[in-house]
Amino acid sequence: MTIHKGRGFACINYPIGMNLGGDPSQALVHSTPDGKFMVALSSIDLGQGMKSVTRQIASETLGVPVEDVYVDTADSDTGPHCMGSFASRGTHRVGNAVIRAAAEARKQMMEAAAEELEVNATDLDTDGAGNIHVKGAPSKSITIAETAIAAQFKQGRTLSGRGIFLIPPSEADPETGDMTPVTCFAHAALVVDLEVDDETGEVTVNHINSAYEVGRALNPKLVEQQLIGGAWMGVSHALYETTEPNYPARDHGPEDFNTYLQPGPGQIVPHDIAVLERPAEDAPYGGKGPGEMCANPVLPAVANAIYNAVGVRCDYLPITPEKVLRGIREQGGARPQAVRA
Amino acid sequence: MSSIEFRKDLFADERDDNLKEIGKPTIRQDILGHVTGRTPYYDDHLFDGLLHMRAVRSPHHHAQIRSIDTSVAEQMPGVRRVATAKDVPHNLNTLLSLINFGRDDEPLCAHDKVRYMGETVAWVIADTERQARDACAKVRVDYNVLPHVLDVEEALTPNAPVVNEIYPNNTFDYHEKYDHQKLRFGDVNAAFARADHVIEAEYQMSPIEQAPIETCGAIAAPEINDRFVCYTNTQALFFSLGTTAKLLNVASSRLHFIGGTAGGGFGGKVDSIVEPTAVLGAMLTGRPVKFAWDRYEEMQVGAPRGGERWRLKDGVMSDGTVIAREFTGFFDSGAYMRLSPYAIIKGTGHLPGPYSIPNVASNVYCCITNRTPATAMRGFGITAVDFAIECQMDKVAEAVGMNPVELRILNAYRDGDMKAHRRKAKNTALIECCQVAAAKADWAISRQAAQQSSLTPMPERQNIPETVTDTEGLIGERRQGRVASTSPSTQSNGRVPAGTHREAIGGAPVQNPDMQIDADRIGHKMGSSPTQIPAAATKAAAPTAPPAAPSVPAAAPPVAPVAPPPAATVPTPPQPAAPYSPSAPFSRGTKRPGSSPFTSGFRRR
Repeated sequence: MTIHKGRGFACINYPIGMNLGGDPSQALVHSTPDGKFMVALSSIDLGQGMKSVTRQIASETLGVPVEDVYVDTADSDTGPHCMGSFASRGTHRVGNAVIRAAAEARKQMMEAAAEELEVNATDLDTDGAGNIHVKGAPSKSITIAETAIAAQFKQGRTLSGRGIFLIPPSEADPETGDMTPVTCFAHAALVVDLEVDDETGEVTVNHINSAYEVGRALNPKLVEQQLIGGAWMGVSHALYETTEPNYPARDHGPEDFNTYLQPGPGQIVPHDIAVLERPAEDAPYGGKGPGEMCANPVLPAVANAIYNAVGVRCDYLPITPEKVLRGIREQGGARPQAVRA
Repeated sequence: MSSIEFRKDLFADERDDNLKEIGKPTIRQDILGHVTGRTPYYDDHLFDGLLHMRAVRSPHHHAQIRSIDTSVAEQMPGVRRVATAKDVPHNLNTLLSLINFGRDDEPLCAHDKVRYMGETVAWVIADTERQARDACAKVRVDYNVLPHVLDVEEALTPNAPVVNEIYPNNTFDYHEKYDHQKLRFGDVNAAFARADHVIEAEYQMSPIEQAPIETCGAIAAPEINDRFVCYTNTQALFFSLGTTAKLLNVASSRLHFIGGTAGGGFGGKVDSIVEPTAVLGAMLTGRPVKFAWDRYEEMQVGAPRGGERWRLKDGVMSDGTVIAREFTGFFDSGAYMRLSPYAIIKGTGHLPGPYSIPNVASNVYCCITNRTPATAMRGFGITAVDFAIECQMDKVAEAVGMNPVELRILNAYRDGDMKAHRRKAKNTALIECCQVAAAKADWAISRQAAQQSSLTPMPERQNIPETVTDTEGLIGERRQGRVASTSPSTQSNGRVPAGTHREAIGGAPVQNPDMQIDADRIGHKMGSSPTQIPAAATKAAAPTAPPAAPSVPAAAPPVAPVAPPPAATVPTPPQPAAPYSPSAPFSRGTKRPGSSPFTSGFRRR
């Protein structure tokens, strides 16, 4: 029995948003009486952080502290339409809708403040800490709370905004596939280090080094959460998961988590990540949304690393110990390939 | 241990890194509720008098339903109602009818035949889940078992049984013309002929489960003013609302959907099956009804990520340049379409991966088999073909004796490169990702590869080549045995001139200038605001828009049902067409006049 070390590489890009457009999302923003802001959506937080990212986008665009913004979703009676949380569209589509709604609300807020300060609205700026001041003269200022009270109880002005973002629908050409599939792409490259036991065919993934380009990390902690979780999912998909182990036959399908195999918490692979940020023109603050793409490069990198370790090409997923062992036996033993360093 | 670093040094001149809230590790708004177990999920809305609904499921892959006998089940303890297909007002739908894509092909409850193991044939609504399960076991269905097909390529053969009569050729019909989606760019066969190496391989991805901790479920209840409230863990609130309105033939204004928090989704909560089922239960009984999948249903009946088979053929020069790449892909959609045909177009637009290859051809088939329908999952339409492409790149590197990272950098797309779907690449960063990942892993690459940049243009890659086309694979031809191969044809019968392309489509412009964020606040430094460029592109695109493109009137509700009732597309408050009459009058709960016993939400016991 020998443990063979192997190393594999893969890189990918990923299309952001629903293919060929036609998937609008809307947002409504309004101020409470004392200058806190509510963002009404119908978007779903799957755990990916939808509520938090839209909250940060709204506060950045409004120019108010994030603590003063609350995101309310998803009640079909109060939240405007959203196509849904899928196809990496949440950050891109909903984020853009929130920017537009918050921009309109900010415009009203600045005009209300201008009236109170008796200056031109274009001469005003926000400090992000709850104040509006004259550019270059921070002492001449008014709080956002005072602005909101004056607007709603003195001036008769609402501090609110509407936003929608839509890529209009288009079609693919039947003859050539000519199309505008999406408007921006995220990128990733990844190196997997693993070991293959040539007696059992078992694969142990030891380490991942990666680079993910996400446009902009709108919230670095949420990006980290997605990338760590996505890599786990990629390893699981590559080595363990199937609902039909004898596909295309349907027998022996797993029925619960005892028979549907996934790595446990102790098998989360140590993962050193570099995040690159090249903002996309039409994305909110350039952010592309890392959620969907982050598992994809792991699968081929694992397969390529197994080949590097024992010389067996596993082109059918999942790469079970049985497949690895059969491959090793068919070629008369492990054939380690060039060491990659 | 793991680590994360943010390479702010890269693309630094394209970003404003001095934003106030964006880029900060702000703690999640909802995390306190999550970690203290106080966040309400759909299943926390336990109404007084809640009934439980369970489905009777097909034990066969493919069978005719001769008859259904519910008489014994109806007499079982606690049973309030047994429902079948005839109780569903509009029992035919396809998910993407909400965006005018595809034909209605899937019933909420099977009536003429079952097309996959686990398909719903009836429901039982009872006081407890146990009673509902027991009664389900007593529903007698007389089946005439039919031959089935489970393999995607077998489904395309002339002798394979017809799975779904709506698509009699066992494939989705693309553009009412072909049995597959084509991609043609340049001339792959001419390139294969002059390539130093031709490398072919087949890749297969097994179906997998989205595996959320919380299975799909919904609780529906009659609400005041003749409406129904539905608490759901859907990933797409208005998708589920619109689908429910269509299947149950009610005005969408009579539905009040509440969700927003899901215990994991990963794509498996888009299909909108539990919502119409629970609302149907509430309509039939006048009582709050819960319908949720157990773990078995989530794993074996709920839609998985579908199986995919891909065959790749690459033509490569000895210096590592890939000059041609051909794809033949098969998506296993299962018995119904749901989102698979759409994912194929997404996958087609993604080919040939993040590389500049001057000759690309692809045929991708959406195959119908007697299997649980497939649906979305993280990376839908892309994951399997990325697996194929990147395993293939490793084989190419081996064939030409190159460092696999250097091979990728050599072929990587860059800003301005023409992609196979005929749009220029922009905002690319593959080369930089390869360089950074290799450096982190101490994987040595040549000085030349380390000096490449996505920003350096490659003028010879920026043009659209003359393209050979073919008309092989017209709808129905294959099943008549008149098409021998599934791969892109080697017999071209047409040519598209070099440079031919449609206009790019960008985001719709703001309707009011106040909604436009100030240029100095957008956070990136590319000169133009995000909406100005797309606005111009949209105008240019308007005259060339294909006539078949779905025209959505601006005022129409975006979730208006496409098929009946046609009145629902009128942008006036929708009329409840054919009001639904519950079988039993609504009688339980508090009797206080003017108050609804079911609207308060949380536990009342």
